[in-house]
Amino acid sequence: MKRLTNLFVSSPHSRAGLTTNQVMRAVCYACLPGVAAQVYFFGWGVMVQIFLCILVALISEAIILTLREKPVRATLADGSAMLTGLLIAVSIPPLAPWWISVIGVSFAIIIVKQLYGGLGFNLFNPAMAGYVVLLISFPVAMTNWMPVQQLMTYDISLLDSIAAVFTDFTQDGYSVTQLRMAVDGITMATPLDNFKTQIDLGLTASEITNSPIYGQYGGTGWEWVNLGYLVGGLLLLKQGVIRWHIPLAVIASLFTLTLISYSITPDLTLTPMATLFSGATMFAAFFIATDPISSSTTIKGRLIFGAIVGALIFMIREWGGYPDGVAFAVLLANLGVPLIDYYTKPTVYGHKGKA
Amino acid sequence: MYTLLIALGALVALTIIFGAVLGFASVKFKVEADPLVEQIDNLLPQTQCGQCGYPGCKPYAEAIANGDDINKCPPGGEATIKQLADLMGVDAKPLDSAHGEEDVKKVAFIREDECIGCTKCIQACPVDAIMGASKVMHTVIIDECTGCDLCVEPCPVDCIDMVPLNDTNWKWDTLAIPVKNVN
Amino acid sequence: MHSELSLIEQMRSGKLWDIPGGIHPPERKSLSNTSPIDIAPLSPIYYVPIKQHIGNEGDLIVSVGDRVLAGQPLTNPKEGLSLPVHAPTSGLIKDIILHVSAHPSGKPETTVVLESDGENIAIANQPIPDWQNKPNSELIAHLKSMGIAGLGGAGFPTYIKANPTKNVELLIINAVECEPYITADDVLMRHYAQEIIQGIEVLQHMVKPELVVIAIEDNKPEAISAIEKVIVDHKHIEVRVVPTKYPSGGEKQLIQILTGLEVPNQSIPADIGIVMQNIGTCFAIKKAVIDGEALIERVVTITGESISRPQNLWVKLGAPISDLLTHCGLVPEQDQRLIMGGPMMGFNIMDIMMPVVKSTNCILAPSEYLLPSRGVEQACIRCSLCADACPVNLLPQQLLWFSKAKDHDKLEEYNLADCIECGVCSYVCPSQIPLVQYYRTSKVEIKQAKEDKIKSDKAKERFEARQERLERDKQARLQRHKESAEKRKKALEKDNSAKDKIAAALARAKAKKNELAGTTAEVENKTSEANIPEVKTTDTQDRVAAAIARAKAKKQQAALNSDETKPDKTRTDDTKPKDIKAKGTEVVEEKVQTTEPVSAEQAKKDKVAAAIARAKAKKLKEAVEPAVSNVEEKEQTSDPVSAEQVKKDKVAAAIARAKAKKLKETNETEPKTDNTSSESIVPPVSEQMSTDSKTPEQIKKDKVAAAIARAKAKKQKDQGEQK
Repeated sequence: MKRLTNLFVSSPHSRAGLTTNQVMRAVCYACLPGVAAQVYFFGWGVMVQIFLCILVALISEAIILTLREKPVRATLADGSAMLTGLLIAVSIPPLAPWWISVIGVSFAIIIVKQLYGGLGFNLFNPAMAGYVVLLISFPVAMTNWMPVQQLMTYDISLLDSIAAVFTDFTQDGYSVTQLRMAVDGITMATPLDNFKTQIDLGLTASEITNSPIYGQYGGTGWEWVNLGYLVGGLLLLKQGVIRWHIPLAVIASLFTLTLISYSITPDLTLTPMATLFSGATMFAAFFIATDPISSSTTIKGRLIFGAIVGALIFMIREWGGYPDGVAFAVLLANLGVPLIDYYTKPTVYGHKGKA
Repeated sequence: MYTLLIALGALVALTIIFGAVLGFASVKFKVEADPLVEQIDNLLPQTQCGQCGYPGCKPYAEAIANGDDINKCPPGGEATIKQLADLMGVDAKPLDSAHGEEDVKKVAFIREDECIGCTKCIQACPVDAIMGASKVMHTVIIDECTGCDLCVEPCPVDCIDMVPLNDTNWKWDTLAIPVKNVN
Repeated sequence: MHSELSLIEQMRSGKLWDIPGGIHPPERKSLSNTSPIDIAPLSPIYYVPIKQHIGNEGDLIVSVGDRVLAGQPLTNPKEGLSLPVHAPTSGLIKDIILHVSAHPSGKPETTVVLESDGENIAIANQPIPDWQNKPNSELIAHLKSMGIAGLGGAGFPTYIKANPTKNVELLIINAVECEPYITADDVLMRHYAQEIIQGIEVLQHMVKPELVVIAIEDNKPEAISAIEKVIVDHKHIEVRVVPTKYPSGGEKQLIQILTGLEVPNQSIPADIGIVMQNIGTCFAIKKAVIDGEALIERVVTITGESISRPQNLWVKLGAPISDLLTHCGLVPEQDQRLIMGGPMMGFNIMDIMMPVVKSTNCILAPSEYLLPSRGVEQACIRCSLCADACPVNLLPQQLLWFSKAKDHDKLEEYNLADCIECGVCSYVCPSQIPLVQYYRTSKVEIKQAKEDKIKSDKAKERFEARQERLERDKQARLQRHKESAEKRKKALEKDNSAKDKIAAALARAKAKKNELAGTTAEVENKTSEANIPEVKTTDTQDRVAAAIARAKAKKQQAALNSDETKPDKTRTDDTKPKDIKAKGTEVVEEKVQTTEPVSAEQAKKDKVAAAIARAKAKKLKEAVEPAVSNVEEKEQTSDPVSAEQVKKDKVAAAIARAKAKKLKETNETEPKTDNTSSESIVPPVSEQMSTDSKTPEQIKKDKVAAAIARAKAKKQKDQGEQK
């Protein structure tokens, strides 16, 4: 017996496009080129962290959902927790100890996301809030970035990475700090970190960028990682998962400000291109600032939001205490979102000429 | 000793300055608002039913302004409590069931063949929504009736019913849709 | 601002604008637009709702059992926004019922059930052949009587739109048909282009625009060429091909696309010199004016993947959907969805007996595979895809938030009222939120809240007015009392002086008398002095005693009579009435003893008192205390015997009856004796009184007393039981 549907459904009677679950997954997949580059340059530690962070994210989300008496399986399936875990994993140093990841991810999921009401209700970007908490609480561990593998004395295998993450030492007994020693015995920092330190020491930009940690445009390896995220971001744009306004505004504002700064004080500033292709610039522009929940929703608002993020990144890098400033820039911009949204409401049909 | 005096002096000076500023501001930038009672009264449903224990909405508004609970108004229900909570800056609480339950909107209906024209309901009606004169049949003006219930008790022949108001606004509710077989 | 000239010049230049947002859902129009328009077979039964348009329904002018012909009006339109409906075919009015309506709610509406006789005989056509020379008023009346309503979807009465109060520069004929699946307008244009242009000519004559623009989406090339062919020699009619995009067929959206103008908020297109008509309506106008046929049929697209022969049909209004589905071969899948209208703005058909009405353009039976329905609602992730797609620039995600919070102020601030419910936001929502449903609910809630507010303001006003009046009355009463008290005081002062004089005169007279008496008594009879008053008193005493005896005797006899003549079936306790009687007579005795002059009037009064006493007795017996004084009061006030008295008696009887009724209803489960005792007491009392007294007034009075007594007793009992 066939029957009519007994459900009352308000029009429209169809839908199209990606679902929320598909959106979250699409973002995860779009991370792959960047992740691949990161693994290539920074070793298996990246994979270890991704695995660890996603696991922690899912577990903490499940726990909190159970406590809140919400459907666990259906909510986990939306992929948002997985995405948060992934974004934190690629942000923290590849060989950071395991408890760093656990604290960061569980803070992001439990405090920043779920305590605000879960998916769609968080004021701040969970991944960046988790990252900032780690950065402030554990500055040493969080700045222990590996130099790119190609510059390192030791080869680090997958098992070495796992051991380093969970025991602080590789199988051969090297600590992470020892691993960071370069060929010449100098501790290697990230290019942005290094640049900041050297500028403070009185060196000029051109002198600093002679070091092997700087590549064609940005830092060695970092430029490829950024390129990877750029490619992934363009894929997202093409799929319609994100809109062009925020990434463009971030990049344009960062580029413009750096260009101005560079043209005034070329000795103290990285080239605009180097700025775009070092640190987490592309990652921030396409994957962090575009988080729909904590970013602006109107078209004008998105442009303003992106420009604020770009400007803050520039300011923190140029004048701030941290080498990269993506997380702070995004969180600060998040704060302004309600205000931006309120003042950038589009004019509704028929309301032209009215206040 | 000297420092102490300086500190004291500074504090006193600050007190005077801020006091003056605040006093000036309170006069100069005084917000002209409706008196609180008026605002509360505007939120109440004006059924004048007295279920709150006060003889009408205005007296209850006055009582709320003087600190009475905001959850004594069954006709207003949760919506009114929420608005009152917003206005008074207190937490919304569930309706006090001692004063009745929230119900569908009703109006009084006089069974006219049984009405004896005693005018008692007319006297009871707080909004003059009952028409009629002594010894002639009475009837309720549905549009004016607030559904307060007050006319039911005085009727000596119990010919007044409270009937649910037929709500003409369909709220796109999704309930009670039948299943139909097509073949 | 556009000057008047520039609008038309702009239009002539052919420039097009774009609307914000919009979507491109799969069109699937080729399912149904390839074949010519067939005629739906006659249905055996037609369900003609008397309201098929915006506005008021007309008054029914047919009744059950009438035979009607096709095109015969069934209703007479009211004043104001109202249209008649017509019989779709010839046949018998079988019934007039509440039938499921062609509305999302399916809320039953008054519907004429017409049984077709299969002949399909029409009434004589009423064309207006020389319409070019007729005044507007006549054509408008004609359109109204022919029942022409907008066939685009809303069903707005056409005669209103064809009679603009303002100068119209531009008449837009909407043939956009942007909803997927629907091809009714498309095929109408392909096959009836000439007729449509004739309808447009009538409209041109009525509305007198400077330019007519027919807007057609670019996905209907056949229709475009068909129309272009017939307008070659029409200088003031142009075809404008607009890009395919949903919802460009919305009235306001199409105006924006064609002119770049926005209809200002809370205005209508006529305010900016534009009138828009649907292309199907033009055809209906031609039919009505040139052919003289009422609107009794229209083109309906029956389509969807579950329809084996999707096509467009001429369907008579009122035909149940089931007949059309059968005709076109519905092959339902599990949980088959049926939609009236398009997939974007149509609504579920919950009952296949739902009739086709003037605004029905499509019956859609889609497959779940090709037209997937919305899944489970998830949390809004503020992706703002909805905002980007919204054709009127709303922020649906914010509206959703406020809608859930029932924040009506915010909803209005964010212009919920401007939502056209096109469904684009829900269509693109990745979290599959039924946004439009939320907005519809909120719109109704806002409407309701506004109505409530108006009502409560009115109630407040009335309450305050009443309070004021009561206060005024009170003051007036006090004032009156004061005045009358003063008057009395003055009168008393006057009185006093008069009384003094009288007293003085009396005193003088007495003195004289005493003098006289003293002399005569002394002289004539000294011994009899003491005896005379004694004799007098015994005389009166005797008479009183006699009266008492008489009353007693009468009563006893009456009691006996009533006992004999009226053996009450319900009586269970014989002693009770006697008790009452005994008590009653005691009271009577007392009264009689206290009263001295025995007259006919006095007798009446006594009887009344007796009735009261009986009532009292009964009450006492049932432990009823507080009402007694009331009874007495009432009784005393009803002393004057008049026409009013009669009414009052009736009133009391009514009260008693009502109480009795109620009591019976409520007491049915109670022990019988309780009921019957009160029942059994009452009739004998009244019976007795009626036999006892001679005057009709008395009978009534007695009845009153009895009824009141009964009523009180029952009420008491009621209360007692509740306790």
